Amino acid sequence: MLEYALKGSKRYWTWVCFLLVLIGIGFIAYLNQFQVGLGITGMSRDVSWGFYIGQFTFLVGVAASAVTVVLPYYFHNWKKYGRIAVIGEFLAIPAVLMCMLFIFVDLGQPMRVMNVLLHPTPNSVMFFDMVVLSGYLILNLLCGWVVLGSERKSAPPPTWIKPFLYIAICWAPSIHIVTAFLYQGLPGRHYWLTAIMAAKFLSSAFASGPALLVLLCMIIRKFTKFDPGKEAIQSLAKTSAYFLIATILFYVFEVFTAFYSSIPGHMAPITYLFSGLDGFTKLVPVMKVCAVLVAIGTIILVTPPLRKWEVTLAIGALATFLGMWLEKGLSLVVGGFIPNPFERVFEYWPTLQEVLIALGVWSLGFFILTILYKIATTVKEKAVFDKYGQKQIIE
Amino acid sequence: MNDIDRRKFLKIAGLGALFGLTGLSMFEVVTKKHIEAAVEKYKILPNTLTAQRWAIAIDLKKLDEKIINDCIQACHSIHNVPQIAMQKEEIKWIWKETFEHAFYEMEYPYMPEQMKNLPVLVLCNHCDNPACVRVCPTKATFKRKDGIVMMDMHRCIGCRYCMAACPFGARSFNWRDPRPFIKEENSEYPTRMKGVVEKCTLCCERLEIGKPPACVEVSNGAIIYGDLANPDSEIRKILATNYAIRRKPELGTNPCVYYLI
Repeated sequence: MLEYALKGSKRYWTWVCFLLVLIGIGFIAYLNQFQVGLGITGMSRDVSWGFYIGQFTFLVGVAASAVTVVLPYYFHNWKKYGRIAVIGEFLAIPAVLMCMLFIFVDLGQPMRVMNVLLHPTPNSVMFFDMVVLSGYLILNLLCGWVVLGSERKSAPPPTWIKPFLYIAICWAPSIHIVTAFLYQGLPGRHYWLTAIMAAKFLSSAFASGPALLVLLCMIIRKFTKFDPGKEAIQSLAKTSAYFLIATILFYVFEVFTAFYSSIPGHMAPITYLFSGLDGFTKLVPVMKVCAVLVAIGTIILVTPPLRKWEVTLAIGALATFLGMWLEKGLSLVVGGFIPNPFERVFEYWPTLQEVLIALGVWSLGFFILTILYKIATTVKEKAVFDKYGQKQIIE
Repeated sequence: MNDIDRRKFLKIAGLGALFGLTGLSMFEVVTKKHIEAAVEKYKILPNTLTAQRWAIAIDLKKLDEKIINDCIQACHSIHNVPQIAMQKEEIKWIWKETFEHAFYEMEYPYMPEQMKNLPVLVLCNHCDNPACVRVCPTKATFKRKDGIVMMDMHRCIGCRYCMAACPFGARSFNWRDPRPFIKEENSEYPTRMKGVVEKCTLCCERLEIGKPPACVEVSNGAIIYGDLANPDSEIRKILATNYAIRRKPELGTNPCVYYLI
């Protein structure tokens, strides 16, 4: 099926070339980082994780969110998702790859990355994160490819793939739970030391992932002859809305715990994020924009007329996605390090090179996503079959 | 033998091999002790100073600017710790903090100014239950049997998970090649490369040849070290007769650096 990616319109090739240029720029920036060291980033002794690990954390959520499509389809026979199940699975693949790349570019000694396998350390959550991430990647590649392959042959998926589909569904939350455990088990980092972390991670993932899928479905519909279906898009938007509300609630729970208890250590990072601490306010505008975006997203996604009108829906989905990105991709990680173990504030802001490298990784992800979606939509333009092998009519 | 049989056979054989291999490696992972035996061993020479549980006590009453600077200087020059002016990238094994910041949970508004600004030496606490060791994905940081929390800079992949886990801010990372920032290199101790984490190792290389840690040696009696497990050791006698505090004991890492006040 790979040959489908080699035939495309001028627009398709322009987009691919654009991504390749960004990947190239990111790669050159990375070569410089490889040469000089992580000193080119904005990270420091006090804020030792930054933009890279933030992107990793956010993208784990995007990867896990494939389950919001696959689960209703395979477990609850929600046939509206028949067409986009593969779209969800194929989003997970580049998302996991980006996660792995973001960890890789964050390493001080990338040549030694195999040490994680050579010295497997079950007491480290990072070891399990590697296990669940690579497992999830393999499962999604396998399921997506096999299901799409049988669609091309106008046949129902083979029965042997079913157990893998079910395993993939159960596996999805694990990648995000384990990533949350990476943070929530650390002593002295009050912002992360909360049992609700994993729940918050899952809810924000299931808000931002479907929001991205809504946008991707709209783009697919605009640029290909394949229509994911209006109802599928509406269902995704509803999923996003419910989990967005859950995310906001979870955040409010955290704020309540910190401020009603009045324990200084728990209040400090939240104070830093929303109003600044000791005169340091770098992340305050970020959190303000984040709050506005989340508010816009919530209002649009929960109001039926606004959700149904596709112009506002697109705005709402984009706002939700960007809002969650600011929260998880930047403030969550940095907030955990501020104030430092000496109750002093050292701020962090990503450098240009750091952003270029991150952009390169994102572009690589979108490049793979484009290739996979090109293949999927070419197959689906021809025919769409549900899991029972019945042809679905395109409205 | 027809085709289907052969295909079936290959399928079963392939799956069997796959599960066999992964099963075996998982078994190894589970049965292997968390800390490999090899890294727990260390050289014991005829002169080597040994203990069941090394610990340090710092007498805040005896500390003054000169002693503090001597300790930092001794430690950093012996261990080729680079002098990086940029605070963002600085590397430090032992350094000065004020009481107010080192023990911020004890601060109160009416504390005498002099106490607030009292200089305190801070370093790795060589915790009994070190969070850094728990999180390290490659066992690059590990606890020796005598309680010293060690750092293998040749195995470290630079993920900095240990830095996120350490609640004492005791770890430094080589954000770039540290060698140009070393003023006078001590050829008897290795220098580091970029991209690895480093910290105080309680001068294990000096203990091995029968010398006390460098900071203890130059501290003029302000820093005492010894075996916590031995009731007759100097440190135990001092802890039995003085009131001592530790940094963030509530976190359960059980730090083994005591401050006499």
